[in-house]
Amino acid sequence: MANVTLRNVRKTYTGGFEAIKGVNVDVGDGQFCVLVGPSGCGKSTLLRMVAGLETVSGGEIDIGGRVVNQVEPADRDIAMVFQNYALYPHMSVFNNMAYGLRNRGMAETEVKTRVDEAARVLELSAMLERKPRQLSGGQRQRVAMGRAIVRQPKVFLFDEPLSNLDAKLRIAMRVEIRKLQRRLNTTSIYVTHDQLEAMTLADILVVMNGGQVEQIGNPLAIYEKPATTFVASFIGAPPMNLMSMRTEEIKSQLGSAGEAGILGIRPEDFVITDQTPAGGVALPLTVEAIERVGAETFIYGSRAEDEQRVAATPGELPPGEVIVRVPGTEAPAIGQKIRVAAVRQKLHLFSGDGRTRIEG
Amino acid sequence: MQKQSIFQSKLLPYALVAPQLAIVLIFFYWPALQAVIQSFLLQDAFGLSSSFVWFDNYIELFKDPAYFEAIVRTFFFSFAIAVSSLSFALLLAVMADKPLRGSMLYRTLLIWPYAVAPPVVGVLWIFMLHPSLGVLARYLRAAGVDWNPLLDGNQAAALIILAAAWKQISYNFLFFLAGLQAIPRSVFEAAAIDGARPMRRFWTVTFPLLSPTIFFLLVVNIVYAFFDTFGIIDTMTRGGPGTSTVTLVYKVYSDGLLGGNLGSSAAQSVILMVMVIVLTGIQFRFVERKVTY
Repeated sequence: MANVTLRNVRKTYTGGFEAIKGVNVDVGDGQFCVLVGPSGCGKSTLLRMVAGLETVSGGEIDIGGRVVNQVEPADRDIAMVFQNYALYPHMSVFNNMAYGLRNRGMAETEVKTRVDEAARVLELSAMLERKPRQLSGGQRQRVAMGRAIVRQPKVFLFDEPLSNLDAKLRIAMRVEIRKLQRRLNTTSIYVTHDQLEAMTLADILVVMNGGQVEQIGNPLAIYEKPATTFVASFIGAPPMNLMSMRTEEIKSQLGSAGEAGILGIRPEDFVITDQTPAGGVALPLTVEAIERVGAETFIYGSRAEDEQRVAATPGELPPGEVIVRVPGTEAPAIGQKIRVAAVRQKLHLFSGDGRTRIEG
Repeated sequence: MQKQSIFQSKLLPYALVAPQLAIVLIFFYWPALQAVIQSFLLQDAFGLSSSFVWFDNYIELFKDPAYFEAIVRTFFFSFAIAVSSLSFALLLAVMADKPLRGSMLYRTLLIWPYAVAPPVVGVLWIFMLHPSLGVLARYLRAAGVDWNPLLDGNQAAALIILAAAWKQISYNFLFFLAGLQAIPRSVFEAAAIDGARPMRRFWTVTFPLLSPTIFFLLVVNIVYAFFDTFGIIDTMTRGGPGTSTVTLVYKVYSDGLLGGNLGSSAAQSVILMVMVIVLTGIQFRFVERKVTY
């Protein structure tokens, strides 16, 4: 049981490339922290620095009140689950899990007790004598988990552990990991690029971009109040609609928030209506495409005014396109002109560069 | 899906493989056949006539204590060359596998010796260790070693093993490096987190995962030590002093071409042929099975 605190942590490679540009994160005892961001944002590097697999160029990494910058990975009392599982291919499942315990000189009876207990929890008891190559992807994943939990470490580190599994198994394992972590109550840091995994697993969510932290907080709080346009478009699927507010029409509708440069509206916050709510925003759209997924339907519409282009920096929508999410399967026909509106409380306003959220 | 022949004429495919077949038949099968026939013949001292003697040449060989000595010596040389060259190559490969500055240069230099022909290797080492010309020999003498491989059979044997092993290090190094790089880095990282110190990590993770490579190289090295060391022996010691560096291959040459006993020489080469077939068989068997751990 331990807190993990990162104080102004930096990583600069010998070539001069700055992978981590000063990160401050505080993970409380027993909390589940998820680092999320696009590939190359430095999240894996940061995790590997906590594990001791990468050197720290600046700042401090503190595990359970001890600065571990110069401590060997083996002595940090952590366990890590790798993306490719990193099982020892020549050892049986039992020996894979026992390896870390035997290295620490644990008595063989105790090793057996612990491995058997972990195998029972992870439903691996029947395959303890098998080699990793005789296991399915999901079973290998569980062995990797088992290898981490038998050690009873202070901190679990997960490096995209589910990205090699198929979609269905990924959801099942996600729930299992969460349940296991709750039960063991071990501080965990989990790296993923999947925002859905991030939202569902995290006690604290750390959104990273370009080696920096964009926002830290409770997943729902981040969803409701994204601090930057990057977070706004990264968290939530489909992404938030972001549009520049050049036209006086929208600026006048919003009244007080005259300085704002970018307006964000989540697809699910639109309603199809002819009315314009007071202080809200209404957009006339031409329906371009429809995606029905059963419980909900996504409407891709283009806006009439050409000059109202989307200005979000990491925008995933082409200029002028707006996604609207409606429940059920009812949808207008392609080519039809519709009018969508969102109420004032559901609008997100950002400065022109997208770096600051404006509360209005 | 059935693979269809694209040749119109039935003769064309045969014509195309004919040159290669001709080379194989003329330079491999014909001499091999000659050797088998020769091994059943006994020639007179002037080479004017020969008579068919069935297995007399073979029986003679197995009665000859010198042949038995050569067998033991060859096995000892092979073992010493394989073990020393494999272990040294593994050590170098493990070191070269680390992310070092200039590791490419280091790796390239380590591969170079493989490009040197065996007789040249022999000459190279003689220049360094010849009792009266050698640079290193002077230092050895200065250090109090009575160094004279021209007179001391054990020293001559050590010299052959040293030169032969040195040449093979490059080849082994290359395979070990490739083998090491095929192991995912995260496996070593996992072992490091699991509390295995570098030495233990090597013996419990690296070594077992390299075992297929090690086995493959062991067979290759034994074949090399059996057959390809001829050039080194011929330039360095010519089998001497006495017969202390005569291996099976060198004995085929010295008995046949130097001693003129063609029948016995042919019988020896047939025995060697059988050995190489067995070794190659083992190797093929093994290569087919990709995973052994």
